[in-house]
Amino acid sequence: MSSAIKLDELRKSFGPTEIIRGVNLDIKKGERHAIIGPNGAGKSTLFHLISGRYNLSGGHVSLNGEEISNLPPYEIYRKGLSRSFQVTNIFPILSVFENVRCSLMWSEDYKYSFWHLVDRERKLNDRAAEVLEEIGLTSRQHVPAGVLTYAEQRALEIGLAAAGGADVIMLDEPTAGMSHSETDQAIELIRRITVGKTLVMVEHDMGVVFDLADRISVLVYGEIIATDTPENIRNNKAVQEAYLGVEAEHA
Amino acid sequence: MSDIAKVQNAVMSASFLKRFGPWLLLALGLIVLPFFFSSNIAVYTMNLMGIFIIFALSYNMLLGQGGMLSFGHAVYFGLGGFMSVHFMNYIEADIFVVPVVIVPIFGGLIGLLFAVIVGSFSTRRAGTVFAMISLGIGELIASCSLIFVAFFGGEEGISADRTMGPEVMGVDFAQDIEVYYLIAVWAFITIALMYLFSRTPMGRMANAVRDNDERIEFIGYSQRKVRFISFCASGFFAGIAGGLFAINFEIVTEENLNALTSGVVLLMAYIGGVGFFVGPIVGAVVFTLLQTLLSNYTEIWQLYVGVLFVSTVMYAPQGLTGLIAMHIPAFKMKRLRVLAVPYVRAGIPTLLLLAGISGFLETIHHVRSAAVGETTMSLLGIEFDTHTIMPWIIIAVLVVVGGYLTKTQMPQLREAWDEANAPLKSDEGGAS
Amino acid sequence: MFELIFFSLLNGIVTGLLLFMLASGLTLIFSMMGVLNFAHASFYMLGAYVAYTISLYLGFWVGLIVAPLVVGVLGAVVERYGLRHVHRWGHVAELIFTFGLAFLIEEIVQFIWGKDTKAYHEPEILQFPLFTFFGQNFPAYKAFMLLISIGIFIALLLVLTRSRIGLIIQAAITRPNMTAMLGHNVPLVFMGVFGMGCALAGLAGVIAGPALGTFPGMAVVLGSIVFVIVVVGGLGSLGGAFIASLLIGLLQTFAIALDYSVSDILVAFNITTDAESAFRDLWTLSLPQIAPILPYLLLVLILIFRPTGLFGKRES
Repeated sequence: MSSAIKLDELRKSFGPTEIIRGVNLDIKKGERHAIIGPNGAGKSTLFHLISGRYNLSGGHVSLNGEEISNLPPYEIYRKGLSRSFQVTNIFPILSVFENVRCSLMWSEDYKYSFWHLVDRERKLNDRAAEVLEEIGLTSRQHVPAGVLTYAEQRALEIGLAAAGGADVIMLDEPTAGMSHSETDQAIELIRRITVGKTLVMVEHDMGVVFDLADRISVLVYGEIIATDTPENIRNNKAVQEAYLGVEAEHA
Repeated sequence: MSDIAKVQNAVMSASFLKRFGPWLLLALGLIVLPFFFSSNIAVYTMNLMGIFIIFALSYNMLLGQGGMLSFGHAVYFGLGGFMSVHFMNYIEADIFVVPVVIVPIFGGLIGLLFAVIVGSFSTRRAGTVFAMISLGIGELIASCSLIFVAFFGGEEGISADRTMGPEVMGVDFAQDIEVYYLIAVWAFITIALMYLFSRTPMGRMANAVRDNDERIEFIGYSQRKVRFISFCASGFFAGIAGGLFAINFEIVTEENLNALTSGVVLLMAYIGGVGFFVGPIVGAVVFTLLQTLLSNYTEIWQLYVGVLFVSTVMYAPQGLTGLIAMHIPAFKMKRLRVLAVPYVRAGIPTLLLLAGISGFLETIHHVRSAAVGETTMSLLGIEFDTHTIMPWIIIAVLVVVGGYLTKTQMPQLREAWDEANAPLKSDEGGAS
Repeated sequence: MFELIFFSLLNGIVTGLLLFMLASGLTLIFSMMGVLNFAHASFYMLGAYVAYTISLYLGFWVGLIVAPLVVGVLGAVVERYGLRHVHRWGHVAELIFTFGLAFLIEEIVQFIWGKDTKAYHEPEILQFPLFTFFGQNFPAYKAFMLLISIGIFIALLLVLTRSRIGLIIQAAITRPNMTAMLGHNVPLVFMGVFGMGCALAGLAGVIAGPALGTFPGMAVVLGSIVFVIVVVGGLGSLGGAFIASLLIGLLQTFAIALDYSVSDILVAFNITTDAESAFRDLWTLSLPQIAPILPYLLLVLILIFRPTGLFGKRES
């Protein structure tokens, strides 16, 4: 199986501090991959590096075999990688429907068109309605996204990332701050929208991780100390010492 | 069968009315307005209004639609005006003969050209950097206009004669009313185009970039390019407005591209309400009325405009249109009647208060600026001597009584407002 | 030639330091609130007018002390009841508010004092040439302006770096929340600094009024230049503002003093120009002519190539 994302000696420093210290990772096409690690391990930074929000200090990123290091985010998106954010990052004044429709615009090939009228484009609007149905926000589609509840905004956040039909989807803590029932719904949602796609996610909720992930990578202090199936990760000595050990005591 | 057809027809015509109704109304309004307001000053005002409507709408493509605060939008308006004046002179000199009706296009093109040049470096960021670049460019071009006399005509500006072009259907634009219809046609076309622009993928992404310019890059769009295209379109329409200005006044000066005009367009858009498409239209109409009518009655009209502007920013950031739009929920629930009496009860004392304040300002102004010995002035047709005690007592009574009553009437107004906007009983629990 | 350079240098420094009095307040206010105060130069104008009115009754020296205080209090009131109110609607609204305020203050000034230039003069004690150099006089009042500006500069430096209040201000600028948690009243600090900045602008107005003229347009004349300075120096950098103030001051005086035109250069290269061509304005372009546009050119170039300004760390 060929790889969807390949990281090669990835490095990132902020001033003198090195946050990502030579990460190598190979995420296969179609797999659901979770990245876990203690706070401050650099998980979100890693996401920002892959998705083009930060420039690399060293190393390479490739997407479906194509080099995407230091490309701007929109170029990376156009090559088929889409992501969500840990801190909700939506278009607050636009309606929920507009939010989704905007996230579909590029993949439906409208580019910077000022010769189409969005309200006339039936396929685009149908597709937006479908996505809304999928993330369960149909009844809320006319309200400004900024007034949605927290859980609804999280669902929209995931919807924006998934709508465009990218084949690699990266979710940064999709269930952060959710209640139990909300988390269960979110897991279902993620499962549905990532069918046949590659999923990379950062997650703190171990239940979610072991439920969803095919493979897990453990990031500690900017380095990946293990990548394996959930079963093997559970039994990995180094991981237990560095990470799960502490967590297990709490549980 | 026929019933179904009828229903379908009704639905069709309903959606037809919904879609085109406002436009038909606008067109009809533009056509019949001069029949109701036919005096010279009225036509003058309406011409200026039309020009400012286009200008303010083009400004709102930046601020309201795209989230770019510009302090130098007059550059594109003024350059469009200068270019059009030059074209009118070319027509007169038989160098390049086209009908005057299409001259604004050339204004638009020069606006577009400069927007492309300036936008290529100024749209990289929004916020303070964009605002500062726009300010710098504005000052730069305004200063340049006094240096490059050949193009800008120095202090006197450049003038032209709009009647020298080939006549189209026997119209030579010698009359202001003819120019009115020219401006009306252009206004209709550009308003429609700008509205349609806001409904295209590009227009929608401009709103998205205003809301959140970071996220837009993660759904495939370059924020810089989205801003750049909005900026260019905005410059184009501003240039058309400038071209119409040139035709209407037959003169363009440095004043049309300096910081003052840039400020005026910001003011119009903001007072009208930048969050709504029609906001700048409302703003342009109100501002032009203030400028042409209020200035007939008072010398300190600009002071009132300044107060209006600052109070809008402080208390009604959605502008006048926002104040009207606030009433839509109550209107939909058919509860506007609840508000009528409270509005009257609070409105009358407020008017008294405002009358008192402006009477105070006017009288002070008269005392200070009138010729020596001249002590009578008239306000609203009432003549009085400013050096007697009586007017001051009346003013004081107006302010104190009006102010006190306004204050006491506010609670009942607020109560009525809450009542009018309380959710319907049947809506409770259900999604709205 | 030497006398020209000497006097241009001196005049440039006087202008530059005067500009710094405005720019320092603007920079401090920007650092705190993240908002460029469009009305800053309006407070400078208010300073001149208030001092003028006071000087009519109590003389120049009372105005010198009282007018900046009055303007400072006005500034604090504007911050407390205007800016803080608008703050909830975001930076753009704040920027527009200060813009509207500048417009309003100009109208108010015209309402109270009228549209004509006021006869606001330097005190008689300072109406003599301090020294004569190559037959050119250097007025004592300019030396006085120089003295005041330098005094303010040193006082500001000392307050910000040496005093406890200065430390709190610096902390409030960089970490407002943390400073609030430590028990300091950050809104009060903000109001104080805003008032202080306005008072400084007012003082600049008091001493500039007699030299540059007291008229309703004086805020506009200086306003955008001060903007150029804080942006060119780097938003939020006091050192940058200082250097940029001097730079702009010198740039303007030298450009006016050195009367060279494009055709002079062309002549030096033996190129003749056609006096009738459409580009004739370009050939006769001279330094004094382009003096007013130089600051804006600098502004635009800096923003394109170095958006952080010469010494700034942040973009907006």
